[in-house]
Amino acid sequence: MSRIKEFNLPDLGEGLTEGEILSWLVKVGDTIELNQPIVEVETAKAAVEIPAKWAGRVQAIFHSEGTTVEVGTPIIAIDTDPGAGPVDAPSTAAPGGDLPTPSAASLAAVEVAPAEGMVEPGLIGGPAPGGRTAVLVGYGPRTTAAKRRPRKGAVPEQAQPAAAPAPAAPVPTAPVPTAPAAGTNGHAAPTGGLVLAKPPVRKLAKDLGVDLRTLTGSGPQGSITREDVQRAASGAAPAELLAGAAPAVAAARFGADREQRIPVKGVRKLTAENMSRSAFTAPHVTEFLTVDVTRAMKALDRLRTRREWRDVRVSPLLLVAKAVLLAVRRHPMVNSTWAGDEIVVKEYVNLGIAAATERGLIVPNIKDAGRLSLRELADALTDLVQTAKAGRTSPADMSGGTLTITNVGVFGVDTGTPILPPGESAILAFGAVREMPWVHKGKVRPRQVTTLGLSFDHRIIDGELGSKFLRDVGDFLADPEAALLAWT
Amino acid sequence: MAKGDPGVTTRGRRATPRTRKRASGDPELVQLLTPEGERIESVTGPDGIEYRADFTDEEYRGLYRDLVLVRKLDAEATALQRQGELGIWASLLGQEAAQVGSGRALRTQDMAFPTYREHGVLYCRGIDPIMPLGLFRGVDQGGWDPNEFKFNMYTIVIGAQTLHATGYAMGIAMDGKTGTDEGEAVIAYFGDGATSQGDVNEAFVWAGVFNAPMVFFCQNNQYAISEPLERQTRIPLYQRAAGFGFPGIRVDGNDVLATYAVTRTALDNARYGQGPSLIEAYTYRMGAHTTSDDPTRYRIASEVEAWQAKDPIARMKAFLTNQQLADADFFAEVDEQARRESVHLRERVLAMPNPEPDTLFDHVYPNGSPLLDQQREQFSRYLESFEGSAH
Repeated sequence: MSRIKEFNLPDLGEGLTEGEILSWLVKVGDTIELNQPIVEVETAKAAVEIPAKWAGRVQAIFHSEGTTVEVGTPIIAIDTDPGAGPVDAPSTAAPGGDLPTPSAASLAAVEVAPAEGMVEPGLIGGPAPGGRTAVLVGYGPRTTAAKRRPRKGAVPEQAQPAAAPAPAAPVPTAPVPTAPAAGTNGHAAPTGGLVLAKPPVRKLAKDLGVDLRTLTGSGPQGSITREDVQRAASGAAPAELLAGAAPAVAAARFGADREQRIPVKGVRKLTAENMSRSAFTAPHVTEFLTVDVTRAMKALDRLRTRREWRDVRVSPLLLVAKAVLLAVRRHPMVNSTWAGDEIVVKEYVNLGIAAATERGLIVPNIKDAGRLSLRELADALTDLVQTAKAGRTSPADMSGGTLTITNVGVFGVDTGTPILPPGESAILAFGAVREMPWVHKGKVRPRQVTTLGLSFDHRIIDGELGSKFLRDVGDFLADPEAALLAWT
Repeated sequence: MAKGDPGVTTRGRRATPRTRKRASGDPELVQLLTPEGERIESVTGPDGIEYRADFTDEEYRGLYRDLVLVRKLDAEATALQRQGELGIWASLLGQEAAQVGSGRALRTQDMAFPTYREHGVLYCRGIDPIMPLGLFRGVDQGGWDPNEFKFNMYTIVIGAQTLHATGYAMGIAMDGKTGTDEGEAVIAYFGDGATSQGDVNEAFVWAGVFNAPMVFFCQNNQYAISEPLERQTRIPLYQRAAGFGFPGIRVDGNDVLATYAVTRTALDNARYGQGPSLIEAYTYRMGAHTTSDDPTRYRIASEVEAWQAKDPIARMKAFLTNQQLADADFFAEVDEQARRESVHLRERVLAMPNPEPDTLFDHVYPNGSPLLDQQREQFSRYLESFEGSAH
């Protein structure tokens, strides 16, 4: 047993596949004790400290802070007997520990993690279309290493690399334990869509070492048949399956070119996906309306002085929310979803409020906001904002939105052309309320003015409907009392 | 701590729920050791029973040792999970006193039905702490002989064990094993979240109606995973017992002495044939629900700090120090023992063998079955078809 041991990132929850290194609590050369916290890792479920599995001295740290690491990848090497003199092969670990991959030399003395087994796409535990991991119930996708032994009496040509067919020769413990993106047999980088094959065929493919993703099915609906698999096992091999056997060269990190590379993940990744999806599927139209909201601001001031409203946070956003909810009642089509061959119009309004948080943009929504009284709406808004600021917004809070307000005014800008949250048909941008010269009763007066920007899905909402809706929101904000009297 | 019958000296008379007087919603709490480590001589509970716990010096020290060991072994298991050696772990951190107090109150003949978090009770039953770890490591199914240890298997299904326990207790009564000092009693552990389960309420009904020799021991650690207590109940949990026709009492679950006294009284009532009772051990889960959970997402730090000040071990240590029942050497020795045992536990966990593939056919039927034999045969042939097969 080697004295240098590598610690692989374990599955810290149930069925997690990766974790982000938040911070290293030790550095190369440190002497550490058993169970001493060495690193803080954040997974989809929690940020946790990992205690050292062995006492000894830190020999190498393989991933820098901020890196997302796959479960099963070595993250640290520990010399468990530092008193016994230098290790045969010198470590190339840099002080401060920022090594993308251990060099082959440094690994001479290192125990090697078993290569991971192949998991087929579409299967439970295998990557599903879209990169998700398909899990029905239980403890999630298989993340531990699975080494496959060769079958007795395997087809002879498997042994000859020249004629080597598809079944990637059972991988002996590979010399490169890290490099998650490297090997042919990691479950990294699922490509292609769902592979259709009956379970016995999948089993056969697995036994023969055939990657179903590389086959074209000849069965019904393009499904892969037993014959397809057998043909692949005895016939030609896709070359790329064997290509990855060479040790991966670690990607160089940029430094001298004065560019920073920020990995796209978490909220940023989700935001990007949603925005692209929406922008390129729903034809957006944006209209603007500038409104004198002086009366509304005065109404808010009066509201604040009322005893029962004393402890309530009253903001202009509250009035905008109320305006939107009332206008939806008059134009229900605005609160709808394009569902391909039908339009789903909703009676309930789950009112989304875009919020900038430390983690990025999130859009929690107030469920069934149309049923709330103004007071309840105020409380719900306050609660929503505080929850978002504290980073405690739950996925349930963020799903099911039907109509959204984005309060860009808080950043001091006048308006914008917001992009629809996927599945919604309208989003209102609420700009800054400014004191501006405005013609009021025939004279130019300083008045409080704001600009509203409404983007809507032109597949559902015509210019007329969009304009009427926006106009109603504006009318309410121009004179809330009159609108209330007229509409309700 | 010596077995036998130390501790509680008074067995109080028993009031019926009907005549008990209690201010509704009052969080009354039986406490014999304050968070500052002050000893309270005796407490008359809202049920009219006087609770005392008179221990010898050696027994006090023994309880402290239990608490420290149980916490340390639990911490080791959490570390093992973080290191990828256990699939999951449900930590008992913060609930040591509730488990040691009730576990030590059990007599040899009593039967315990745990959840999956009762590592401290298991320890107090004299069971090797390695026993449940195969389950969490995924190398066995968590099976053992409940009769051998008078400790049922860990039950993952929330609340299910309360029904098993009630049935078991009804069996004891039907066998005529209650009514004397040698009578048997049953304790069922569950959490605050489980009180919302149908199973638990059914168990209450059956135990109440059949006067089963049962103690329902609820460790109210304030959260059902992320769901706080106030979303589980409108009244203190112990008061629910009244509706089912048996007494309920709330004890400071971070006070090992009070927990012991209250549990011992309830167990004795059960063994003498006086029926079930509900104990609500008011405590706090200092850690996560399991290692898959992140409590910072639903609890605020100040709440955790407030409970930190009520730590079960700190108050026991303060008490032992103030009363000069123990010195620094003693505390160091206990810590050293805890360290030794945790290292020993770690080594044995790492050495746990992986099960042979065909053991999955074991324990399906007590005497096997021809169909299973056939499948086992086919399976071993399949395994033998691989190179390097040991079969």
